[in-house]
Amino acid sequence: MSEPKDVGDIGITVEFSGGLEMLFSNERKHKLSIPAKDSTGAPLNVGYLVTYLCENVMKDARKDLFVLDGTVRPGILVLINEADWELEGEETYEIQPGDNILFVSTLHGG
Amino acid sequence: MAPLPVVELLQHQIASCEAQLRDLRQQLAEAQHLQHIRTQEQDRLRHTSTSGDPLTHDMTYGIHDEFRSEVFAALSQGEDVPLRAATKWPLEKNEYKRYGRQLIMPEIGLQGQLRLKNSSVLIIGVGGLGCPAAAYLVGAGVGTVGLVDGDVVEESNLHRQILHSTGKVGMTKVDSAKIFLSSLNPNVKIATHTARLSPESAITTLQPYDLVLDCTDTPASRYLISDTCVLLGKPLVSASALRTDGQLMVLNNPPLPAGDIRGGPCYRCVFPKPPPPESVVSCGDGGILGPVVGLMGVLQALEAIKVITKGPHTSDSSSPDPPSLLIFSAYASPMFRAIRLRSRRQKCAACSAQATVTAKALNSGSLDYVQFCGSISPVDMLGPNERISVDNYAKIRMEVNPFTGMEPSKDSHILIDVREKVQFELCNLEGSVNIPFSGVSSTPHSTSNDNESEPSWISDLRKHPDKPIFVVCRLGNDSQLSVRKLKEHNLDFGGNRFIGDIKGGLRAWRENIEPDFPEY
Repeated sequence: MSEPKDVGDIGITVEFSGGLEMLFSNERKHKLSIPAKDSTGAPLNVGYLVTYLCENVMKDARKDLFVLDGTVRPGILVLINEADWELEGEETYEIQPGDNILFVSTLHGG
Repeated sequence: MAPLPVVELLQHQIASCEAQLRDLRQQLAEAQHLQHIRTQEQDRLRHTSTSGDPLTHDMTYGIHDEFRSEVFAALSQGEDVPLRAATKWPLEKNEYKRYGRQLIMPEIGLQGQLRLKNSSVLIIGVGGLGCPAAAYLVGAGVGTVGLVDGDVVEESNLHRQILHSTGKVGMTKVDSAKIFLSSLNPNVKIATHTARLSPESAITTLQPYDLVLDCTDTPASRYLISDTCVLLGKPLVSASALRTDGQLMVLNNPPLPAGDIRGGPCYRCVFPKPPPPESVVSCGDGGILGPVVGLMGVLQALEAIKVITKGPHTSDSSSPDPPSLLIFSAYASPMFRAIRLRSRRQKCAACSAQATVTAKALNSGSLDYVQFCGSISPVDMLGPNERISVDNYAKIRMEVNPFTGMEPSKDSHILIDVREKVQFELCNLEGSVNIPFSGVSSTPHSTSNDNESEPSWISDLRKHPDKPIFVVCRLGNDSQLSVRKLKEHNLDFGGNRFIGDIKGGLRAWRENIEPDFPEY
């Protein structure tokens, strides 16, 4: 885990699976240090993390393969510390230092 | 161009027939061997029940005629029922031997084996998932295994669809699988449904079975199968795979009626909205590693065995494992991880008290799953002056340019192949430059004239403003999107340079120009 840049940052792990890693420089695991407060000064939640990833981490121009209508597109599961985010309050979940957030795109091949 | 020479065609056909013949001989040998064993067994039983019996003598010589005929009448009645009725053991002799290695495990035991024998499993999709799943379930002695698939075996299936073989290319997958499975375990009844599952056929097809395996490859079929399983109260083992990744879920387990929150979540609870069609990648486009999909199919068989041998769900039975999603990534460390899933969704369209998916709606065909999931039609976004046929492009390469009268030269133009690098390296047209579509499409539309920040492939293309650009890809879709992108970057200098795509891509090139160009 990388050390926070300053006291206002928290260190988390963000992972991508099911092909989503292709949108994020083909890296499955990203160790990030991100501001603990969003632009309005509210504590960092998963909803804001998604925006942050889109603006700061995702280099691919195909944003709509990750975010659609302001939220994670259908067909992507968001998992907070190995549990479906719907068990944790979805976008309102406040991110804690050391959290693991996993984005999984569903597969359909067989 | 000339089609394949007749000699070559015939040689190919003979080789294919010979492979099929070898396959059939092998199956015939197995079937004859099996028949031989059965005949021997019956002979032995008949032998012991007549001449070998010391009572025979008394029956023939020492018993009152009336009594004797009565006894014979009773015995001959017994002969009409199968021989197994005579045994006092719940399984047949060969079954103790065949299933011995799993019978001695406490997880299975006699009761588990009887549950397997009395159960029926429907496998929908007999491809990369369905083949290994079927092999293990038939091997384990499930009483009836149903197979649903409308496709025929193709050569490109064989690296992963292990029930099919070279000689069976062109045969329906269902027939091919039945041949393999019947010879693997003749005790199992194999029921075949040679058609793609449709909303109208779903209920009648799934009804007779105890458990369903979703081994299909489209979102539409996944929603249809899940909805039908909820309506009929069947547990569902769902898996999928692509490239190096796989996913597995046991859904609707326990399979309680819609509205009962103690039931397991269904596919719609986990994915209430289908993914946008452009985000759905098939194995044909994305690729698939055989053992990855094979592993997921084997895990489906395993989960099915666990559900069946556990016995029917009752209110006082121990609650099943909490719903989870197993994620497999062959190139990640660790390769497996399990994720806790939500329970039934309160407003689920299929399994809640407010469900709108009903048997009536399904049977009437008013639920359009293909429309629900959307589809992408072939790209058709360029005008006729932005496209060239393979025949005309071949003329540019090999003959005088029909437009300019120029002599043929590979230097006269730029040919861009936008397939991904790994595909480009498999085979390409001489002189083509590889600029992968992923790079083209992920480059943001430049808003300023800041040429320094643009990728090198754009600046390289600016260096030869006089040369027309032709774009080619595998099938002719990405090439059109790429032409649009190149124009957005003003590589046509406001219309002063031709940029167009080669219609139908390398597939059309192979079909019309160069039959030896590899097909993959």
